[in-house]
Amino acid sequence: MMEAKRIIVCDTDKCTGCEICEYICSIIKDKKINWSKSRIRHIRIEPTFDIALSCRKCENPLCIKACPRDAISEQPDGSIKIDKDKCNGCGWCIEACNFGALKLDWDKKVVFACDFCSDLDQPKCVEICPFEALEFTTLDQVGHEAGKKAFKRIIEELS
Amino acid sequence: MKGYAGKFLRVNLSTGEMKTESLSEEWARKFLGGYGFVASTLYNEIPEGTDPLSPENVLCLWTGPVAGTIIPVSSKYIMGALSPATGFIGFGIASGGVGSELKAAGFDGIVISGKAPSPSYLYIQNGHAELRDASNLWGKSTWDTEEMIREELSDDEIRVSSIGPAGELLSCLANVTNDRNRQVGRSGMGAVMGSKNLKAIAIRGTGDVEVANLDELLEFCKDLYKRCRGPATEKYRVYGTPANVLVHNRLGCLPSYNFQKGTFEQAEAVSGETMLATMVKKIVACPACPIACDHINVVKEGPWTGTVASMDYESLELLGPNCGVADLNAITKAVELCDKLGVDTISAGVTISWAMEAYEKGLLTKDDCDGLDLRFGNGEALVEAVERLCLREGKLGQLIADGCARAAEKLGKDSYKFAMVNKKLEWGAYSLRSLQTATLGFATSVRGACYLRSGSYQVDVKGTVDRYHLDKSRGKIVYDGENLYAIIDSLIICKFTRGIYKDNDELAKVIRLVTGFDVSAKEMIKTGERIHNQAKLFNVRFGARREHDYPPPRAFEERMYDDVNDGAIILKEEYDEALSGYYKARRWNKEGIPTKALLEELDLDTSLGV
Ligand code: SF4
Ligand code: SF4
Repeated sequence: MMEAKRIIVCDTDKCTGCEICEYICSIIKDKKINWSKSRIRHIRIEPTFDIALSCRKCENPLCIKACPRDAISEQPDGSIKIDKDKCNGCGWCIEACNFGALKLDWDKKVVFACDFCSDLDQPKCVEICPFEALEFTTLDQVGHEAGKKAFKRIIEELS
Repeated sequence: MKGYAGKFLRVNLSTGEMKTESLSEEWARKFLGGYGFVASTLYNEIPEGTDPLSPENVLCLWTGPVAGTIIPVSSKYIMGALSPATGFIGFGIASGGVGSELKAAGFDGIVISGKAPSPSYLYIQNGHAELRDASNLWGKSTWDTEEMIREELSDDEIRVSSIGPAGELLSCLANVTNDRNRQVGRSGMGAVMGSKNLKAIAIRGTGDVEVANLDELLEFCKDLYKRCRGPATEKYRVYGTPANVLVHNRLGCLPSYNFQKGTFEQAEAVSGETMLATMVKKIVACPACPIACDHINVVKEGPWTGTVASMDYESLELLGPNCGVADLNAITKAVELCDKLGVDTISAGVTISWAMEAYEKGLLTKDDCDGLDLRFGNGEALVEAVERLCLREGKLGQLIADGCARAAEKLGKDSYKFAMVNKKLEWGAYSLRSLQTATLGFATSVRGACYLRSGSYQVDVKGTVDRYHLDKSRGKIVYDGENLYAIIDSLIICKFTRGIYKDNDELAKVIRLVTGFDVSAKEMIKTGERIHNQAKLFNVRFGARREHDYPPPRAFEERMYDDVNDGAIILKEEYDEALSGYYKARRWNKEGIPTKALLEELDLDTSLGV
């Protein structure tokens, strides 16, 4: 059996919108500071909602289906890989993705997405987020923790 | 040159002409950025006798070398011009994402002169700039303006600095707002924009921000982020700056009833603790900020249900206890109105507390107040008065729209005696008579009544000096604080991070890693001294003398009695001595004018020196 996919989950109560994850991502991936090239994207809905979003490792990746040039493929860990030679920057995958997880590199004219820092223990944004809003975890674990939280609340109410 | 974009934009609104100029390395080394660049630009470009609301006034927006980097809380920018409120140097620093965005768009700053023939806004995108029609934005709130510009240009990530109706109406209290909750607050920069028919500056940048030593900077910042999550900033992270309400109340330095007292009997009801428990919906951060002090309040019940405002200590204090108001819902509504309509909450609070005192003393009648029962503590009247002030509406609005110093001139009857100003600018939320070193720092500040120029309240609050008396040694404390703060404001970083640096050398390390300039701590502080003197010289040109460096009469003429203070007062002779001590530390003459020898040593223009 395949290992469960781990994705980056953002706790929207903890996320403050500091965008440090975006800065860090560009430093790790491109060796420069340029938050517009970050693989993780902070979104604020005024006045009080913040989230940081990156690739969700979909079960049935719409981005792969959308690409007319078969430039996108799924990796064993569930992340996607873009073949820079095949991609011509048409951006259909960007439209197809429900999470805005792909971006177009205006200089190189190819799309890019989060690779979860596969060469490191965990994605760098998760490590550095000063508010501990990000977690590199499985959806199973997310569900387990939600259940735990709900149960704890009940116990507290009963005691 | 690293750290800097190396270019700035020059805009002539009268002719529509725009050009890109390069930033000279020599100038960058000399004035560092932010506050330093503002002081130098204004000194070089605004001649004596200029009318602040005329096309000849020069409005500039600058970032510092750290903007757009990962240094904690570095996304800031500063706006400066000759102030319509004080007639001296005017400027304000705002957080939010405008500073970093401008850097990513390829500019360190913008220098704006002239007046647009019709309402316009400036749009900057990756090295390009254009002036666009703003007639549909005129009259709109700052929040609507931001959204409408993003919609018009179909780009959600545009950062916008804009003015509200108050700026269009040329109110001396008008500010500039960006990211909804961040302001260039003090000294009327919004009115300068309004006088130039400039509704907004919209910025979008996707370029790289280059630094001298990225690897080392990343390692250093990882450490700094950890320190930012430590004890130095804890109270601001948990309660935001309103954490200070109860602290100041205990010390007897929480202004109430227009600074008549230093404690507030209902302090608990408006404390950071109560606010967190009852009002705060979300805590948010500015870009590159690992602290997150910004507490967003949402009103949950009553006539102002749904009101949203970011609440900080100064706004809460001056529109709350200083107006005798203990209703957090009313205070939140008052702040929201100020933010949307484009008025500085500090000046608004102190101006309305002045009007309340005048009303209670019988100098203003109910009719003068458009039927409002403007007594201290009336939250509903506070909200109404704020709206009138912002929109210059009714008799009351006409009287107070330009602040309490001008209102007192109009009203007469000795009402100037309780107009809590210095250089015509309203006093920050710190009691004068129970924090006397602070008072010296505020009154001598170049911007007027300013709590942000030297941190002079710290020695009082910490108890390292006798805060109920002054002596000549206090001048040196203000001097040291000002020189350091001039660097913080030129880099520009958030003052809440000052405690995370172990010493001045670590701050100099920030400059070294970002710019590559090989600066020592000592040289850095010298630069701070240069910057401060440059700002002072600008004021000297516009007539600043010793008489402008005094607190308002209440400090010397009335004793303060409350739960903590038993007749606190500032003795005039002690103040005089402390002021002379400050001038001496600064190497200025008795009138507060820099000596030629000092200016030469600092490599500044000597023509105004003595
Ligand atoms: S670093 Fe953390 S808190 Fe900041 S925007 Fe990213 S996820 Fe949110
Ligand atoms: S890029 Fe978007 S569509 Fe493709 S796998 Fe990731 S989240 Fe799914």
